[in-house]
Amino acid sequence: MQQLAQQIVSGLALGAVYASLALAIVLIHRTTHVINFAQGEMGMFTTFVAWSLITNHGFSYWAAFATTLAIAFAGGILLERVVIRPVESASPLAVIMVTIALFVVLNGLASWIWSAETRNFPSPFPGVVTVWGVSLSRHEVGAIAVSLVVLALLWAFFRFTRLGLAMRAVAIGPEPSRLLGVRVGWMLALGWGFAAVLSAVSGMMVAPIVFLDPTMMQSVLIYAFAAAVLGGIDSPLGAVVGGFALGVGINLLSTYVDFVTPELELPVAFAVLIGVLLFRPSGLFGRAVVRRV
Amino acid sequence: MRSTPVRFGLFAVGAAVVALLPLFVSEFRAFELARVGIYVIALLGLSVLTGYAGQISLGHGAFMAVGAYTTAILTTRYGIRDLWTIPLAGLLTGLVGFLFGFPALRLVGAYLALATFALAVAVPSLAKYGRIEEYTGGGGGLLLNLPATPFGLPLSASDWLYYLCWGLAGLLFVAAWLLVRGRIGRALRAIRENELAAVSSGISLPAFKTFAFGVSAFYGGVAGSLYAITINYVNPDTFPVGLSILLLTGVVVGGLGSLAGVVFGALFIQYLPLYASDLLDWPLSRLGLKIDTSAPGAPAVVYGLILLAVLLLGSSGAAGSLARGTRALTNSLARRP
Repeated sequence: MQQLAQQIVSGLALGAVYASLALAIVLIHRTTHVINFAQGEMGMFTTFVAWSLITNHGFSYWAAFATTLAIAFAGGILLERVVIRPVESASPLAVIMVTIALFVVLNGLASWIWSAETRNFPSPFPGVVTVWGVSLSRHEVGAIAVSLVVLALLWAFFRFTRLGLAMRAVAIGPEPSRLLGVRVGWMLALGWGFAAVLSAVSGMMVAPIVFLDPTMMQSVLIYAFAAAVLGGIDSPLGAVVGGFALGVGINLLSTYVDFVTPELELPVAFAVLIGVLLFRPSGLFGRAVVRRV
Repeated sequence: MRSTPVRFGLFAVGAAVVALLPLFVSEFRAFELARVGIYVIALLGLSVLTGYAGQISLGHGAFMAVGAYTTAILTTRYGIRDLWTIPLAGLLTGLVGFLFGFPALRLVGAYLALATFALAVAVPSLAKYGRIEEYTGGGGGLLLNLPATPFGLPLSASDWLYYLCWGLAGLLFVAAWLLVRGRIGRALRAIRENELAAVSSGISLPAFKTFAFGVSAFYGGVAGSLYAITINYVNPDTFPVGLSILLLTGVVVGGLGSLAGVVFGALFIQYLPLYASDLLDWPLSRLGLKIDTSAPGAPAVVYGLILLAVLLLGSSGAAGSLARGTRALTNSLARRP
């Protein structure tokens, strides 16, 4: 019982990380129909920024957290303006290659600036907490809470503000939105900004668990892809549900199913990805896209 | 369009340079260049799939891994002579690629990129799986322990590897050229340009796409097998996601849809990391900045930026620039009275 509860909470904590990154991928895909392969590296890079603020510049954890989110937001907008906008109307292959180039540049920059060694990343929630006689890692509970708060804020933004409404309108119909006076280009850039914030949150929440190094987010990215596809690549709710489901599911599989060892966790995510794409391409919550050939 | 005799001439000159080069370079360089030959083979396969058929693959490192492990397992466990494992590795990987082509049929554009990327991440961790560790050697990998120069050839080990890799590269280059110049190549290009139009002209998408995946994986498998033979060792970390990305970079920088471009692409991905710090030093010192450019990560930044530049400037890689250059030259010569 103790073990089951602990595994579910660890799974939910990882799931919160996958859900944030998956939602970032979905946000960008909904508005620009681009799958951003650099999403994980954006999170890794901003987590290094937070680490540097804390260890080299004497920031407290939460000050560093807030500063990092602001930097991520500005960085996301900048990236969209500088490298994505020029290829907006190019072939999907070209856009994917651009995000891969970003992946390479960000990864290289991180190991150039901070070196590739593995580091401890502090958690604002140290120690253990006991709930109903079950001792849980305080960081895992905290990571779930932080991610849920960020997701709720984002949902409220999209639901209740004029800007959020404009961004949703652009995702559905860029041309009519433009005619109604929405500045479509800037809405797309804002989307990148929010996606960068989400990936920064996921990076800072996963770093205390997997340790900070430049390859930290690469497997997280695969889980996030699988989560986004599982939930339906155009459905924000689906991405969140998919993230939590995948986190818990894989954790339970590797605890209770004998032949699933930790090495098999990534192949399982790969199988989920391929399986969903083949048998239910719209995922759990997505709309089916009809294409006639 | 260059005429066929010119192509043959260029190929003959290229072949002669490749054949004579070991006489003039050190053992170490020959070994390095053997690796370029391996990249040429892998890039040829990727060029057929991505450049001609327009199907993106971020998973070619995984195909190389399958080929390399085939060779490693056959030589260490079953004592098969390394040379004979090369075609076996190619065929087995080709089969894997052909089978992967079936699910890939239903995936277009970004989804195919996702699936192949996940393949590149999943295959190396599969090699670490405990239950098959007695075959794959787990995380520790396998040491091949191969004999040096076979058949009593009067060659040093590095020169032998050089001729082996480049000999196969030349052979496979001609094979790829024969493949893409005729009906099949035309069908693949039609699929790349417009699937709907291709289907209405009677081209079978399933047949040609799975075929392209199979051929492409065959090349990847041969390259992987040669990789294992040259470094005498395989482990899961030999084939990181970075390798798959590097290969795709090579094809894009060499020029999509150009077979000759892959030679440039292969030289680019082998030598850029070695000279990246010099490339960075020059502009940085002009700006009066003192930054350590020999740090790890610096080469990746340079090749990422070059890739970005190639994509944003919309040129079609080295082959494209070359074609434009010669066209401009012939035009200006033709205009002269």
